Amino acid sequence: MLKQIEGSRAVAEAVALCRPEVICAYPISPQTHIVEGLGEMVKRGALAPCEFINVESEFAAMSVAIGASAAGARAYTATASQGLLFMAEAVFNASGLGLPIVMTVANRAIGAPINIWNDHTDAMSQRDCGWIQLFAETNQEALDLHIQAFRLGEELSLPVMVCMDGFILTHAYERVDMPTQAQVDAYLPPYVPRQSLDPAEPVSIGAMVGPEAFMEVRYLAHVKQMRALELIPGWAEEFRRAFGRDSGGLLHSYRTEDAELVIVALGSVLGTIKDTVDAMRERGVRIGVLGITCFRPWPQEAVRAALAQAKQVLVLEKSLAVGLGGIVSNNVRTSYAGAAQAVRTVIAGLGGRPISRASLERVFAQALDGTLDPVTFLDLDRGLVERALAREREARRSGPIAENILRDLGVVGARIS
Amino acid sequence: MSYQPVKFYQTGTFTVGNRLLPPDVRTVQSTQRRTNSLNSGHRACQGCGEALGARFAMDAAMEASERKLIAANATGCLEVFSTPYPETSWQIPWIHSVFGNTAAVATGIAAALKVKGRTDVRVVAQGGDGGTTDIGFGCLSGMFERNDDVLFICYDNEAYMNTGVQRSSATPAAARTATTMAVGSEPGNVFGQGKNVPAIAMAHEIPYVATATVADLHDLEAKVKTAMGMRGARYIHILVPCPLGWGHASHDTIRIARLAKETGLFPVFEAAHGELTSVSRIRHQHAVEDYLRPQKRFAHLFGDPPRRDVIDHLQALADRNIRRYGLLDAKESV
Repeated sequence: MLKQIEGSRAVAEAVALCRPEVICAYPISPQTHIVEGLGEMVKRGALAPCEFINVESEFAAMSVAIGASAAGARAYTATASQGLLFMAEAVFNASGLGLPIVMTVANRAIGAPINIWNDHTDAMSQRDCGWIQLFAETNQEALDLHIQAFRLGEELSLPVMVCMDGFILTHAYERVDMPTQAQVDAYLPPYVPRQSLDPAEPVSIGAMVGPEAFMEVRYLAHVKQMRALELIPGWAEEFRRAFGRDSGGLLHSYRTEDAELVIVALGSVLGTIKDTVDAMRERGVRIGVLGITCFRPWPQEAVRAALAQAKQVLVLEKSLAVGLGGIVSNNVRTSYAGAAQAVRTVIAGLGGRPISRASLERVFAQALDGTLDPVTFLDLDRGLVERALAREREARRSGPIAENILRDLGVVGARIS
Repeated sequence: MSYQPVKFYQTGTFTVGNRLLPPDVRTVQSTQRRTNSLNSGHRACQGCGEALGARFAMDAAMEASERKLIAANATGCLEVFSTPYPETSWQIPWIHSVFGNTAAVATGIAAALKVKGRTDVRVVAQGGDGGTTDIGFGCLSGMFERNDDVLFICYDNEAYMNTGVQRSSATPAAARTATTMAVGSEPGNVFGQGKNVPAIAMAHEIPYVATATVADLHDLEAKVKTAMGMRGARYIHILVPCPLGWGHASHDTIRIARLAKETGLFPVFEAAHGELTSVSRIRHQHAVEDYLRPQKRFAHLFGDPPRRDVIDHLQALADRNIRRYGLLDAKESV
């Protein structure tokens, strides 16, 4: 059914269609509307039997989900930013224990300085935590990925993180096609756990494992993720047949057929990039886009094939490996058969900095004429940076960095221009 | 009061042999019904109070739940000595997640059981004092305030024993640990710090809070059974001496635990919905010195000259407990 609803509401309704049994809620922007929506449905009795638990922290949210999943229940939670970091220990534990929890991450920057706006630093910080990480481009895809996530996670006994851009998707009212309960029931069978805490068949879960077996346990986690690479395309195809939409999968190529320059990105910024590419294509520029839907496991072979014809690759990423540059770019380099220096990094949109078509077109053109630096910060205000550096040269007690920069800017608080 | 103390003096101690008791008041542990939830062969130290407490507590909980029990376990000695895989001592469904989240994991299990319509299966969470009063405290308090259907058992050996005897918020004043060294002008743990988690649990007004020691295992079993007869958040705080960390002889675990109670340093009581409902009175009062002297963690108090001031300060803390809980009151416990 077509609906014009907020992205968070769409996700809440999609999760509800997946018949979750235990939902843990802790408020953090920009995720909160999702659990609010689900809480209302549980309280109304629409999801019975389902427990909605208001926990005292994100660490507890993931921990309650761990207990629920280990006891055989379909468990869901949502978080963002600081919340994801606060639960990090339990996030690793959930994947180590092989518990197919599904979690929405409404991507948001990490402080300090505190910032509630969108980038991918939170999800990227957990890229090696053993969870499957899927990135949604649109609200429709976010909705669809949740339905696929439960199926994928439960098949492999692995937790799945569905990442959607905070505010840009979570708070945007867009048209979505909401599946019916019958459609979801046909696609997503009831959860049958591989392991369960059951007095009839007592097992110990989470024992101490020493050097004699730890490598093998970790390797099996890797094997399962590799297995996901094989399963995901087939399931996306099955999803397309059942729901009539091309959602999910490993990646989406756009106009890459003869492209000399391929732009690689994740999430909602792909829309702006495609508009930019369309405009440049009209002028005869051979440019295309590769959208990564499945970031973990990294679709090594699929990316290699998608970039096979590209002479240059520009990775536009909303996260920064401080002291190195790009995170996604380093993954892309492992999948690009050409020279490593042909893969350039553009760091963009940190802390919600708008990414405009004009700015994108400028860096894409620079990439094409060979003048783009290996690592570029899109729309960086060099003047502000220079003033901050000068201040530090002039005085030892130069004061708090972020607050000084805001004073230079002459604004009282953070703003989105 | 769920347990009527039975007074037999002929053994010369307060020990009551189960064979002297009618069958219906014998411990679960003394019967063939015991489930050996924490089975023998684990790797706890000789004289480990925690292993003893856990064995009695879990078997009592198994009996009370008609053998339908799931346990969540914090990281710590109990977890490490019981599950060096592929060996496990647990004959009940058991999960260890991380150090600080045990109460929340148990909440999740209880929620899953409720959804599945399996409220006949009961949930126990357990951990040491570090996993309870320090790193696990946030999740514990959350579980309490939501009144989740979980019995949380803290085995309190008053320091981080698994990592090598470091101070926790349950470490008593003056005690030597690896991080409260017996050096300087005020050796050992400082006075005026620490966390009284049984009292904090009572402040949550949860259905049941109790303390116990491994010196009175009848009382311990009875309290576990009482707790298992209720729904909602319940808390039992068990003092479990640690020969390694406390520096007493491994055969003295029970005696030291008894002295903790008989000096008044560790008040043994029950509470319902935030109100004290029963107190285990002191039967033969001892000076705190009798409790402190056999423990190497307090050895610095008995040098030449002894630290009379510190011993007196600890005695004052015991005396305050005696006043506060009425541990010497003439009347029978309420």
